[in-house]
Amino acid sequence: MRVVSGLTWLLGCQLVGEVVVHALDAPVPGPVVGMVVLLLVLLVRRPPEGSSVHQAADALLPHLQLLFVPAGVGVVVYGAVLRQDGPAIVVALVVSWLLGLAAVGWTAQLLTRERAR
Amino acid sequence: MSWFLAHPLTWLVATLLAYRLGVHLRDRTGHPVAQPVLVGVVLLAAALVLLDVDYATYAEGTTIVTFLLGPATVALAVPLHRQLGRLRGYALPLVAGLLVGVVVSVGSAMLLVQLLGGDELLARTVAPKATTAPVAIALSRTIEGVAPLTAAIGITAGILGAVAAPTVLTWLRVREHRARGLATGAVSHGIGTSRMLHEHPVEGAFSGLAMGLTALATSLLLPLLVPLFLR
Repeated sequence: MRVVSGLTWLLGCQLVGEVVVHALDAPVPGPVVGMVVLLLVLLVRRPPEGSSVHQAADALLPHLQLLFVPAGVGVVVYGAVLRQDGPAIVVALVVSWLLGLAAVGWTAQLLTRERAR
Repeated sequence: MSWFLAHPLTWLVATLLAYRLGVHLRDRTGHPVAQPVLVGVVLLAAALVLLDVDYATYAEGTTIVTFLLGPATVALAVPLHRQLGRLRGYALPLVAGLLVGVVVSVGSAMLLVQLLGGDELLARTVAPKATTAPVAIALSRTIEGVAPLTAAIGITAGILGAVAAPTVLTWLRVREHRARGLATGAVSHGIGTSRMLHEHPVEGAFSGLAMGLTALATSLLLPLLVPLFLR
């Protein structure tokens, strides 16, 4: 029952998220709003560590990589696009990844030092 | 044989087995390249090509796996909630760092891909690449990109982080643990986070936090950012 209870919380929050997105015609995915809804539930209800929702999250999140597999296999379908634009995608991806990593790391570290002074 | 290859369960079981093999390889070798998602994608893509099975058949069989991306995204609230206490006194570096990160990640990817000859569709497709897969897929659909290609590019960004982020951050002289975690989660989401959890507890925690907040910030900002970076 704990598995069902935990999953019900997750799916219930997702459903609330979907309803909010539909009602407001928001450009945000339902599950992301569901994440905020669950965060609010956790802050208000303060379930103890080890509650059904904690257990469901701890069961699901370590296997997040499994959930990426079908989408990743989708690369096969878009192989033609990749072959044509492959070099552009790879260069843009690697350079953009590096710029993003440096931007966040430097900004956060710089602001921490400024405040420590 | 063709009956067997067309059966949805065949591909669900194959996906689970390939993932399990990936987990086994990661735990046994500890090699950064041995990521379960990478092993799973490579093995199944090879199987589909070699056995001449189309993606629709595969996607039908793995519907339940893809479906779980929704509740998994909601579940990200749990690690986020656990780390709220660590944020005391760190609001400015966190918010400023991640906002700069979202703009740089989205802007640089869109501009570079167009500069290198990609069209508008490709620019929309690369825009949400830094977010965790469930969010990237949903966002790609929202801004009319090619969702499976977005996921593939995002997964590649994640694997890049799992393999290279700690080394590159040291090279960039980012040594503060919270900043290292934030930077990795901001550009390599869950896959980068799984590596940082092995590196240092604080780096893992802040990488997970950055993954959640980057997903949230990107979701809110992307509709505003995309028109700015289309040429």
